[in-house]
Amino acid sequence: MSTKKYLVGLFDDDHTLLHAIENAVEQNMEMSDVYTPFPVHGIEDKMKMRRTKLHTAGFIFGLTGTITAFSLMAFANAVNYPINFGGKPVFALPAWIPIMFEFTVLFSGVGMVLTFYYLNNLYPGKKPEIIDPRLTDDMFAITFDMTKDSSNKSNLSEFLKKEGAVEVFEKEF
Amino acid sequence: MSHFESPLREPLITGNKTYRQITDDIVHPTEGTPGLVWLISVGLAGLVALFGVFCLTWTICYGIGTWGVNSTVGWAWDITNFVWWIGIGHAGTLISAILLLFRQRWRTGVNRAAEAMTIFAVVCAGLFVLLHTGRPWDVFFIFPYPNTRGPLWTNFNSPLLWDVFAVTTYLTISLLFWYTGLLPDFATIRDRSKPGTFRWNFYNIMSFGWIGTAKHWERFESLVLILAGIATPLVLSVHTIVSFDFATSVIPGWHTTIMPPYFVAGAIFSGFAMVLTLMIVARKIMGLQDYITIAHIESMNKILLLTGTMVGTAYLTELFVAWYSGSMIEQYAFANRAFGPYWWAYLSMMSCNLIFPQFFWIKKLRRNIAFTFFASIIVNIGMWFERFVIIAISLHRDYLPSSWTSYAPTWVEVGIYVGTGGIFLTLFLLFSRYFPVVAIAEVKSILKTSGNQYRKEQMEEVKDQPAYHDADARLIYKID
Repeated sequence: MSTKKYLVGLFDDDHTLLHAIENAVEQNMEMSDVYTPFPVHGIEDKMKMRRTKLHTAGFIFGLTGTITAFSLMAFANAVNYPINFGGKPVFALPAWIPIMFEFTVLFSGVGMVLTFYYLNNLYPGKKPEIIDPRLTDDMFAITFDMTKDSSNKSNLSEFLKKEGAVEVFEKEF
Repeated sequence: MSHFESPLREPLITGNKTYRQITDDIVHPTEGTPGLVWLISVGLAGLVALFGVFCLTWTICYGIGTWGVNSTVGWAWDITNFVWWIGIGHAGTLISAILLLFRQRWRTGVNRAAEAMTIFAVVCAGLFVLLHTGRPWDVFFIFPYPNTRGPLWTNFNSPLLWDVFAVTTYLTISLLFWYTGLLPDFATIRDRSKPGTFRWNFYNIMSFGWIGTAKHWERFESLVLILAGIATPLVLSVHTIVSFDFATSVIPGWHTTIMPPYFVAGAIFSGFAMVLTLMIVARKIMGLQDYITIAHIESMNKILLLTGTMVGTAYLTELFVAWYSGSMIEQYAFANRAFGPYWWAYLSMMSCNLIFPQFFWIKKLRRNIAFTFFASIIVNIGMWFERFVIIAISLHRDYLPSSWTSYAPTWVEVGIYVGTGGIFLTLFLLFSRYFPVVAIAEVKSILKTSGNQYRKEQMEEVKDQPAYHDADARLIYKID
């Protein structure tokens, strides 16, 4: 295993962090990642992050659910076992709407959550790379990857300090 | 910042909290050795739950002949309790989904506990559905699967089957919604404990290795928003479908089109009552008064007032429509509810649900904790009686006077009901001990807009600026 090296700048305020991110992007510094204890609005815009397509996945999963429910019911009640329930039509679309709806929600929800875990690579028992335990408490961090190239380390730590980082340190994994 | 909020609004986090203090306050109850109060409560709740399990086993061994139900009153305590629990299970997802879409910030203080309560309540509700079938070991028959009996498929035209899908979907989605929200908070607990300890490993497994990078949060926010979007119609559909169980039948008193909205309003009503009952106790014992403030309680009381009035309107509409229908049998069903042998149940329902919440028009009472607690218990009782009135009273005197009968529960039924209360409380107590009861990350995200010290700053900022009144004559300050 090759070791990964990061330069970490810890911030104690979300506004300072946002400002630092803005300046880093402006000066074309390639941030490795940003860590926050809660969702800070505006980070994704400031980092010029590509918007997640999770909702598209949700839509496709939902549609799968609708189709699954419809085909299951149509097959079971109209084709495979067309039983006469009080003279009602065997192909009873209006009566199937509730279950089609429930399947849509079920498939969409379960599918999206699983996709979310998959994309984020989160699973029970994962060994997380914890930069600093305070990052899930009251600290925010910007990290720079130093694994391959650490020539501009002093520049970057200078930058972080100037932007108001309360601590700047290196972290290896 | 997501949207503008008037600095005149009441702060939702009091006590000049910092991010660190929020973590400390909320995680603290999960640390250290459990207190005596907690141990005794869990012990008692566990005993009651065990008694419930005993009665449940009794039912399974000897059949539902041990219950008070008969061929006229085929549904009684079982379905009453099922609908009651399912109704209670509506507040959690309502708070976290619908209030999220409406951008109601006060939801962050109570959503976690309310969602937990939802899940536990649905579990209790599920027990009754399972048992009322009489042969719970054959319960897999309700799911459609290719089989050697025909193939004999389930009847997809039946609301009873819709209910199976609605309740299981609701349980699954609520569980996923709740658990995904818990990941970052489990990570917070993990990072406060020493690496390598059992505690660290336990919460690391629970947190799925969450570290909170910006991309994770971006996906998280997107996921939560869309889950809220699909959970909103879901939560409305569940009780709608539960009401279809009754509305699509031809029993006088059940066969009414008002049922779906009436049931949904009733579900939200009872759900919020239960949230209030639990949270008023929990905030006191766990010292969370700065996160679940009087402002939160007042907001929930307003919902109680609204939904209680909706339910009350539905009661009166039902009466009017029964009279206006000109159908003798329909008219009798309602006259029998009010003046028949179960008049006391009807009176309890009317006074608890229609009359009592009207006290919440008074602001002083909405903000009075003792009164709110009392009212929430009254509403819980009232909503139980509502279901009993609808189910058992409508059935006991139907079309054929020769089959009229009465119904009284046996000790087994009472035992199962009390037992589910024990199961519910045991689960909730375990939750309050090992899980963060308030959504830590979400509360932190509203601190700078809704924390009291920031409110004060916002007021300072706008103090000298020209103010104007909007259409509702509220004072609005323009900042930024």
